[in-house]
Amino acid sequence: MATVLASTSSSLALAKPLKLDSGQALDRVTVAYETYGALNADKSNAILVHHALTGDQHVASPHPITGKPGWWNRMVGPGKPIDTGRFHVICANVIGSCMGSTGPASEAADGRPYGMRFPVITVRDMVRAQVALLDALGIARLHAVVGGSMGGMQALSFAANFPGRTARVLAIATSARHSAQNIAFHEVGRQAIMADPNWQGGGYYGTGKTPDKGLAVARMAAHITYLSEAGLTDKFGRRLQDRQARSFGFDADFQVESYLRHQGIAFTERFDANSYLYITRAMDYFDLAEEHGGRLVDAFARCTARFCLVSFDTDWLYPTAESRAVVHALNAVAAPVSFVELSAPYGHDSFLLDVPALDRVVKGFLE
Amino acid sequence: MSPRNALRPDLEVIARNVAPGSRVLDVGCGDGELMAVLQGEKQVDARGMEIDPEAVERCVARGLSVIQGDADRDLADYPDHAFDYAILSQTLQTAARPDLMLDELLRIGRKAFVSFPNFAYWRMRFSLLLHGRMPVTRHLPVSWFETQNIHHVTVEDFLRLLADKGVTVEKCWFFTREHEIGGARANWRAEHAVFQLSR
Repeated sequence: MATVLASTSSSLALAKPLKLDSGQALDRVTVAYETYGALNADKSNAILVHHALTGDQHVASPHPITGKPGWWNRMVGPGKPIDTGRFHVICANVIGSCMGSTGPASEAADGRPYGMRFPVITVRDMVRAQVALLDALGIARLHAVVGGSMGGMQALSFAANFPGRTARVLAIATSARHSAQNIAFHEVGRQAIMADPNWQGGGYYGTGKTPDKGLAVARMAAHITYLSEAGLTDKFGRRLQDRQARSFGFDADFQVESYLRHQGIAFTERFDANSYLYITRAMDYFDLAEEHGGRLVDAFARCTARFCLVSFDTDWLYPTAESRAVVHALNAVAAPVSFVELSAPYGHDSFLLDVPALDRVVKGFLE
Repeated sequence: MSPRNALRPDLEVIARNVAPGSRVLDVGCGDGELMAVLQGEKQVDARGMEIDPEAVERCVARGLSVIQGDADRDLADYPDHAFDYAILSQTLQTAARPDLMLDELLRIGRKAFVSFPNFAYWRMRFSLLLHGRMPVTRHLPVSWFETQNIHHVTVEDFLRLLADKGVTVEKCWFFTREHEIGGARANWRAEHAVFQLSR
């Protein structure tokens, strides 16, 4: 029987404004986070889990809106690969998001929501907020940082920008930079949101109208990129949805259409459209080499951590070559690095799904 | 030091001859047996490369730093002299271009260990002579059409290659039926050979 894992929901108001890559500073920043498992006396057993684009701090506790289990429930818990019986697991909502950390829906100094007045943030800014949280918690050095997809970008950014503060870096299904294709898909999503009349230039808060149609389309397009062609074929094929024949209309004749529409609508119930704009932008701006004079090698020059990179053979969003580029750079600075391409049928989403080999790698690497 | 299972004889001799505290790249490291011994007993900073993802997974699960990669292609990613030793055990004969792989080993490592089965071992010669067919033996158990050993090599061939390339043999060891034998008429008597090389 599934038991609910004991977690603590907290939020921290940062004492100082957060300096951002854009040159602006974000005042009155709140970081919402969850913790699992006990922190030991010398505060050396903490693992920071970074969430992905539409993830949140509820890594192994039920989502407060949907009630669904935590997004990495299968990975984090007592006796699981990230063992909360041994480790103190921290997961913080990224700034720019909408689950408690400061984002575009938060109140600005004038008491009204930021909307598009929220500054454009970067992955490094997200990490800076999390480091401020670690400072407040008195955790000088983590046992590990762990993340998949955008979470992996944060893990790499953490390693490059705060090299002394973690002993291990586990980056899954990720990249050191967003490719033209990655940016292109995100732009489709953003344009869908901004084309929705309910978006109202981002000022929809309190109007009773939210750009759900645009956000749903953005999610539908993105969702396709998280799956593999074989996975879609396997799950849906050309099967029809609740009907015997094509309707010769534009209803969701096919199961795959119905599924995507459902995914899109369900997403709007838990996610803020402006947060989607800001976080996708942060990912597009991500280029770890560019931050370090154009050479990825230099990004890792001061690293002392052990690294592990994992890719999946069916992930075409962040393909194996992206992980290999990171491994190459780490080799060049003689960093201890492991890398494995795992075989899994689920595309990019493999990092969230039932891949026993991933469990073994995660568990082994964190030992 | 906790008791451990004995390593394969070629790995044992390599483990004995690696200097404590050195940096080692084990190319084709398999399950990481040699790396684990080097790390545990000689405080060696050991890294591995292995083509089989399941073997890599087992290595990572035991705390070793191993990269999934194809030695024919991915050795190019390492800088010059990044390691004190590059090790290639029982893998040379599977390389697309063993000569180029040897160059890579001695570019990446200041020294290299290379071990391989000797195709001129007398039992092999007799087998071929008597039966007229590619030998299938205890150590080379796979038929010619499905073997990974695409470049069978003899001790004599290997020595010629080293001479052509100006590679120095620092030490060499020979084995038959898991026992070390002397170097006399090794090309005839040895089932396996291990070389310690430098340039």
